[in-house]
Amino acid sequence: MLEETIAAIATPPGEGGIGIIRISGEESKSILDKIFVPVNENSLENRKLAYGNIVDPSSKKIIDEVLCVFMRGPKTYTAEDVVEINCHGGMVSLRKTLELVLNHGARMAEPGEFTKRAFLNGRLDLTQAEAVVDVIKAKTDRTFDVAMDQLEGVFSKKIRDIRKKMVDILVNITVNIDYPDEDIEQITYDNLEKDLEEVRAELEKLLASADTGRIIQEGLNVAIIGKPNVGKSSLMNSLLKEARAIVTEIPGTTRDTIEEHLSVRGIPVRLTDTAGIRETSDIVEKMGIEKSKESFNNADMVIFIVDSSRELSDEDREIMELIDQEKSLVVLNKIDLDRVITLEEIEAKLPHAVIVETSMATQEGINLIEEKIEEKVYGGSVSHGSSMMVTNVRHKNILEKAERSIADAIGMTKMMEALEFIEIDVNSCYEALGEIIGETVQDDIINEVFARFCLGK
Amino acid sequence: MEHILMGEYDIIVVGAGHAGCEAALASARMGNKTLMFSINLEAIAMMPCNPSIGGTGKGHLVREIDALGGEMGKNIDKTFIQSRMLNTAKGPAVHSLRAQADKHKYHVEMKKTIEKEPNLDVKQAEVVDLIVEDGKVCGVVTKTHTYYLAKAVILATGTFLRSKIFIGDSAFDSGPNGLAPSMEFADNLMKHGMKLRRFKTGTPARALASTFDYSKMEEQKGDEKIVPFSFMNDHLEKDQISCWLTYTNEETHTVIRNNFHRSALFGGQIEGIGPRYCPSIEDKVNRFADKKRHQLFVEPEGLDTEEMYIQGMSSSLPEDVQRDFYHTIPGLENIIITRPAYAIEYDCIDPLDLKPSLEYRMIKNLFCAGQFNGSSGYEEAAAQGLMAGINASLEINGKEPLVLDRSEAYIGVLIDDLVTKGTNEPYRIMTSRAEYRLVLRQDNADLRLTEKSYAIGLASEERYQRFLAKKAEVDAEIQRLEETIVYPKDANAFLESVGSAPLKNRSSLAELIKRPEVTYENLIVIDGDRPQLSSHALAQLEVQIKYEGYISKQLAQIERFKKLETKVLSEDMDYSEIDGLRIEAMQKLNQLKPRSVGQASRISGVSPADINVLLVHLEKLRRKR
Repeated sequence: MLEETIAAIATPPGEGGIGIIRISGEESKSILDKIFVPVNENSLENRKLAYGNIVDPSSKKIIDEVLCVFMRGPKTYTAEDVVEINCHGGMVSLRKTLELVLNHGARMAEPGEFTKRAFLNGRLDLTQAEAVVDVIKAKTDRTFDVAMDQLEGVFSKKIRDIRKKMVDILVNITVNIDYPDEDIEQITYDNLEKDLEEVRAELEKLLASADTGRIIQEGLNVAIIGKPNVGKSSLMNSLLKEARAIVTEIPGTTRDTIEEHLSVRGIPVRLTDTAGIRETSDIVEKMGIEKSKESFNNADMVIFIVDSSRELSDEDREIMELIDQEKSLVVLNKIDLDRVITLEEIEAKLPHAVIVETSMATQEGINLIEEKIEEKVYGGSVSHGSSMMVTNVRHKNILEKAERSIADAIGMTKMMEALEFIEIDVNSCYEALGEIIGETVQDDIINEVFARFCLGK
Repeated sequence: MEHILMGEYDIIVVGAGHAGCEAALASARMGNKTLMFSINLEAIAMMPCNPSIGGTGKGHLVREIDALGGEMGKNIDKTFIQSRMLNTAKGPAVHSLRAQADKHKYHVEMKKTIEKEPNLDVKQAEVVDLIVEDGKVCGVVTKTHTYYLAKAVILATGTFLRSKIFIGDSAFDSGPNGLAPSMEFADNLMKHGMKLRRFKTGTPARALASTFDYSKMEEQKGDEKIVPFSFMNDHLEKDQISCWLTYTNEETHTVIRNNFHRSALFGGQIEGIGPRYCPSIEDKVNRFADKKRHQLFVEPEGLDTEEMYIQGMSSSLPEDVQRDFYHTIPGLENIIITRPAYAIEYDCIDPLDLKPSLEYRMIKNLFCAGQFNGSSGYEEAAAQGLMAGINASLEINGKEPLVLDRSEAYIGVLIDDLVTKGTNEPYRIMTSRAEYRLVLRQDNADLRLTEKSYAIGLASEERYQRFLAKKAEVDAEIQRLEETIVYPKDANAFLESVGSAPLKNRSSLAELIKRPEVTYENLIVIDGDRPQLSSHALAQLEVQIKYEGYISKQLAQIERFKKLETKVLSEDMDYSEIDGLRIEAMQKLNQLKPRSVGQASRISGVSPADINVLLVHLEKLRRKR
């Protein structure tokens, strides 16, 4: 309880110039080492500000450019090892960085927990102890309120449903282990795998809704990309319904990424217009290009604009290579001109992308783009009411933990490992989900064993 | 009536069942002058129900009892007639040893051991009262107007307290197996302020071996290779006796259903709560109406008896109904019943009234063990008896109690569950109750516990030396396997032969053993020059290497668990004075007075926030000092 490494965003919520993530506990440094790539090697010294990037180790994508400091305990606020990450992006990168920290071994701090640790570790004076108790008390009350709200919510019902399914699995494992001599159905690895996969699918659905929940809160992150003069700025202006970016006939006039906040059919959208990615020697443009790559890596959706009146260029092909098809919307623009590229051609090249045809000049097809943005948020394989969305980082963090456990369990089932090893991961998934709704008692499994199976002398 | 002083002892044990025997032996072996009472000396280590020791979870307990210097493992090794390692299809953590016992011989051997034990006296007498002065127990009174003084008393009365037997519509006061019940003692315990409640259990019928038709039943043989329960035994050879498997059918269920109204269980005469894992056959038929058949085992009660135990068929139905339903079962059509099935109800305490040392909260130096504490099963009883004996001895010698925690032993899980969570039915151990199952294996019970027992003067020098030798043997061999490097050219032919992927680079032998296809045994092909290991070391070695990853993960969890477990709470703490605790938590904490913050966190009604408040309070106290 005391010993886990905790993390939280230490700066007030909202769009600030910078945001700070604080991590405290034994694993602070090792977590940072996994996700922080300093510009100068070995620059991460005790109490020295280090400059570098937060990089997602699985995708190798850069999340944010940051300043970090590692402070070895006990001469820190909590008297434990502390890391602070100064992010300079907005809420999105701050949040992504926090998620990375949580996924690499930290737990979301509870309100007042840094202070509580500071006190327990002898850092604060006695008068402050009362304040700590107040914080804990207040937290209990608040949790209670939230729990009451969520009790009625679809979300907690969903969690209960998944746990119910898991009780079936756990009860079966338990009875197989503890009653080997009884006349009960033996678990087969095939069936077990099937049941575990069902749970994983449910968790994945919930996690997908977590992204939707975030989008509703923070806006959909959309990057527009395409070679110069293909109509990116025009599209942006069409969606904005006003001229903001410079639109000229000279390729490369969009020098910087331009970020706009707008509302598309009620959905907040953060639109980033980017420079092209063509290799260039122009320093100003080169910087813009780097920015472009970064912004479409971070985007929830990439709008890739292609000029249908001209042959595909090298640059188009390069973009096709770079983008993630699953989150891409290809806009075949300038259909008012003579067609050189057909819809089928693009479909063949990008089979997993969504494709629409437009003309910025005539405003034809703009509504299609708006439709696809809406679909991106509400549509897809999951359709859900707003109440089922996971908007809370803590919940998302726990869901991810649960999902990892179930994935481990599936992996071991495939390897036909012994049941008691598999049980550990199934059980930690079950307990993680219980954390969300405040139920972690494991006796319910044993109770169910006796309720369902006829056992004993 | 004038009472006569008949003796003075360090420790007196009331009851000579599996709990009483372990308690008395542990006490005597730790150097205390000990007296053990039994209503009938023929009931020493009696097995009034199933003729077997061990099974899932229970087998682990026996191993731990043995590792701590208890007697159960040695005694079953002397007297078993069939031995099986259960769950071998699963991983090593849940392998569980079970042996069929020759019941009579089990009793005889244990009685002999006890009679031969220096420091230990045995008396046939009925204890009817405790002598308590200033909240501290100091002796016992017998029915024959004698009394005995002692520094500590251990109650292990099993199912004898005010016990009542039910067979159909007849109910009568009786101990198990027709022995005399203990009627007065319960009233006097209540006069001393002890709260008692009623639990119930049952046992199936016994029938004559010659009247079964074995051709209609499935034979279940013992294992070819016998693994001893006791770490003191290396090899055991024995001709084994088979058990037999058969099933009930619709006809059986119809007979039972038609007579539900005649069962004491449904008639409402029984007020005690029975265990769910040990339901009577009428309960099974009632609750699992859709189940077409129920399995039963026919097990020999011993070598010198013709009686067979019919496992899976306990009942409180009248004898004629019992005969009729047994006769519907293949193989049992013509059996002659020698003893009918019965249900038995008895007095026991709420284990929440006990400290983790098994001392009764309200009476000093009074320790309690076994079914009297609300558990069920020979092994659970023996485990508690052993710990009660140890802790009574430590207490009167002014030493800290030995409390095993949940990460150290199944015994720790068992006792922590009882005294922290309580129980609403006779409590049975299960491997699923243990959070750290991978570490609490039956193969390493000695490595986990023998040193602790040696330190308090219980485990013998011989046992301790064996433990040291095994440990050294295992460690040396693991080191050798880690340091012995093989190259692809030497290993690949072997790896291919067992269906394992070939090596690309050099590897240690230990790394190879981690592969599912490779075992220490088959590895001999490329590791011919290896030391001869003892069977105990062998069992240990492979598990340690193969599951090292899982085990170290669990060890890390245990380390976290220990941090709260070692934050000690004083018994004098008044929780109503702590600001910020919720009322329910405050009441529960005042009632149970947990030993550690860890134990407090497991009490139902104490939330994580309460634990935080508690931690802050502890820190405040520390600073005031």
